[in-house]
Amino acid sequence: MTAHQQPPRGSAPMRGYPDQWERYSPRERFVRWLWLAGIAIAAAWSVSALDIEWAFFADAHEQAADLIERMWPPRWSYFPRIVQPLIETLHIATLGTMIAIVFALPVAFLAARNTTWNQGTWLIGRGMLVLSRSINTVIWGLVFVAIFGPGPVAGICAVAARSVGFIAKLVAEAIEEVDAGQIEAVEATGASTLQVYGVAILPQILPVLIGTSIYRWDINVRESSVLGFVGAGGIGLLLYASINQFAWSQAIVILIAILGIVIISEALSAYVRSRIV
Amino acid sequence: MTTAVSYPSRWRAPSIFGSPGRRLAFWALVAAYLVWSLSSLNIDTARIIAGLPRAWTILERMVPPDFSRWQLLLTGMVESVQIAIAATIIGAVLSIPLGIAAAANLSPRPLYLAARGFIVVGRTFHEVIIAIFFVKLFGFGPVAGLLTLAFSSAIFLGKMLAEDIENMKPGPVEAIRATGASFGQTFFYAVVPQVLVKTLGVLIYRLDSNLRHSTVIGIVGAGGIGQTLSASFSRYDFDFASAILLTIAAMVAFGEWFSDWARRRLR
Amino acid sequence: MSAQVRAVAGSGVPLLAVEGLAKVYPTGKKALGGVDVVIDRPQLVAVIGSSGAGKSTFIRCINRLVEPTAGSVRLNGEDIVALDRKGLRAARRRIGMIFQEYNLVERLSVMQNLLSGRLGYVGLFAALRYRFPPEDIQAAFALLDRVGLDGYHDQRADALSGGQRQRVGIARALMQRPELLLLDEPTASLDPKTSRQIMRLVRELVAERQTPAIINIHDVALARAHADRIIGMKDGLIVFDAEASALTDAALTRIYGEEDWSRPQDADDEPAPAAAAPGSLSLIS
Repeated sequence: MTAHQQPPRGSAPMRGYPDQWERYSPRERFVRWLWLAGIAIAAAWSVSALDIEWAFFADAHEQAADLIERMWPPRWSYFPRIVQPLIETLHIATLGTMIAIVFALPVAFLAARNTTWNQGTWLIGRGMLVLSRSINTVIWGLVFVAIFGPGPVAGICAVAARSVGFIAKLVAEAIEEVDAGQIEAVEATGASTLQVYGVAILPQILPVLIGTSIYRWDINVRESSVLGFVGAGGIGLLLYASINQFAWSQAIVILIAILGIVIISEALSAYVRSRIV
Repeated sequence: MTTAVSYPSRWRAPSIFGSPGRRLAFWALVAAYLVWSLSSLNIDTARIIAGLPRAWTILERMVPPDFSRWQLLLTGMVESVQIAIAATIIGAVLSIPLGIAAAANLSPRPLYLAARGFIVVGRTFHEVIIAIFFVKLFGFGPVAGLLTLAFSSAIFLGKMLAEDIENMKPGPVEAIRATGASFGQTFFYAVVPQVLVKTLGVLIYRLDSNLRHSTVIGIVGAGGIGQTLSASFSRYDFDFASAILLTIAAMVAFGEWFSDWARRRLR
Repeated sequence: MSAQVRAVAGSGVPLLAVEGLAKVYPTGKKALGGVDVVIDRPQLVAVIGSSGAGKSTFIRCINRLVEPTAGSVRLNGEDIVALDRKGLRAARRRIGMIFQEYNLVERLSVMQNLLSGRLGYVGLFAALRYRFPPEDIQAAFALLDRVGLDGYHDQRADALSGGQRQRVGIARALMQRPELLLLDEPTASLDPKTSRQIMRLVRELVAERQTPAIINIHDVALARAHADRIIGMKDGLIVFDAEASALTDAALTRIYGEEDWSRPQDADDEPAPAAAAPGSLSLIS
């Protein structure tokens, strides 16, 4: 101890080190607490205002156990009846995606700042993107069932309506990132505007268009599995009917089938995309 | 001035399919698929054509949208927002153990496989399918919706968290462990700082997508604006339906803008 | 090297007559303040000057990639500035342009890039399927051979080196059978040896095809060695315009400002024998 009491070397004063350290300044801490308090209030407001009937929770586990008991064993003899609706589900996803690609390309050019004609057409393009993207596939299904009546046509239209915005948004972003020099060079040869789009821009965005479309297709397989709930065709119709008739051993067969096609299409989509890029 | 060399005057652009034969095969396949799918769907063209004038009347009745029952609209919207917020928070809490369990570098092998399997199966089913089960268990209303979105959020966030944990640098974890820290201490000092910002970004994104999903689960009776919308369609109340659709579009667009803005602020 | 200048049999109308060309950018920056240039025979005209002197704006105002604020550009008597969009496209077909960053469509093959020089002459659907007349395809193969890229037609543009890309860029411009060539810093992204090869190629092509060319260039030594005529620009105005041999130190001071111009240049600036380096262009076709 005594050795430490001697000031080290000459007349230099001993440096005092702070014995307190805080990660955040008081202001920073205040802001953090404010955020946490905001989140807590939002959570409390949300949960309390939902009028949760806690009584339901009391026997939920019994109900769940009962449900599983009734599901097992699955009624495999039901499977042949769902093959056709399963294929229909895949058709809805595929045809809907194909239609969406056709419409997405012009919408993307309209919604990209560097290819649109003027502020007005840009706003139209952006408006189409927002409208298409912010309405869920199933809700689009409701709309098209009202128009065309129940059936796969409504489902195809619903898938297409939602996918146009999804594909067009990503393609529009790709168009905006296209190298301006390449466009300028083709323009300087005296090519028309559409030729510039076709020759200078299209080759550059093609990988994005293909990749996005395949990715959207596998999302659409998943979406098509529930379109039947609103009458827009596919396997969802049978699932909804089975559940409403409490035919649980039938429902589990359908669920397993959906699990199968969704996982397979996801794997297929990932494989094809990895091959392309 | 004729040159000795003569240049070819024929040239074909290389096909993106590799060879002309493969291109032909591709288009033949597309055509065959179209024929097969369209015929197997038994699309009744006569009915579609008959439906077109009806489509026009429906569109006519949708315009102008009827906002006079704005109280009903507002109640549904607020319920959707509440479901989204509460589900995000509950889902986030549940995702922490799930994410840790599903991270190959933190959790023991059997637990890891179980957690991954749970994520794969849970992700496969559309929110509407999950919702219908919760409706059967808890009855109609927002609770089923809340649980549905909390469940799918937990799975989504758990998967993202697991991937972030797997991708973090192992050095700091080793260093903290080397000081003799416990599992919990290591987690909070080495893992949390590395994954926090990214996880917050994913959380905000999930809030946005919960907002989108909360508008649709009402269709099977799980609360929110979707229930109001579904009812207005079944009552042929098309001008009110279009008002609801526009409000949903506006809210979802705002949610997306907010989520982009908040995630940019995080960087 | 004999920088021969061939006068055209006087038709009265100059090949290119630029009068009072001015450009003020929307930001208020005055890039060109009234430029007059007349080119009356096929010659290689180098435009030199510091960065920001208005060289690039000048060249882009000629084919209106940048819209001039005032003045006229007459190509064989026709005023390009006065043309509507359709007329402008027709005029652009007659002007070939070569860029510093080559600006090839990277994902397309060399042949597709060359044929894009003929876009003005085919319809949209033919363009999308790359169906061009046989004489265009023959011309493309001949040009590829001429610029030293025989056999490269199915290579993708992004697989080429800088010098090769610039040769494709030159061939694309020549596919247009242009009446005027515009070159915007064609050598600025290339190494000194490739730069000289490209300049030599351009000079030969100007002579062979009897096409005048305007070239923006930073490298004064290259300009001196290859151009017939030099235009010096400063602050958006022409401060020097004469034969290359008349570019004195005093003139350089006028263009660039004070500097000791008499200091010896690197030996590197002497033109090397063409056959010396492997991979250099064969000059005899």
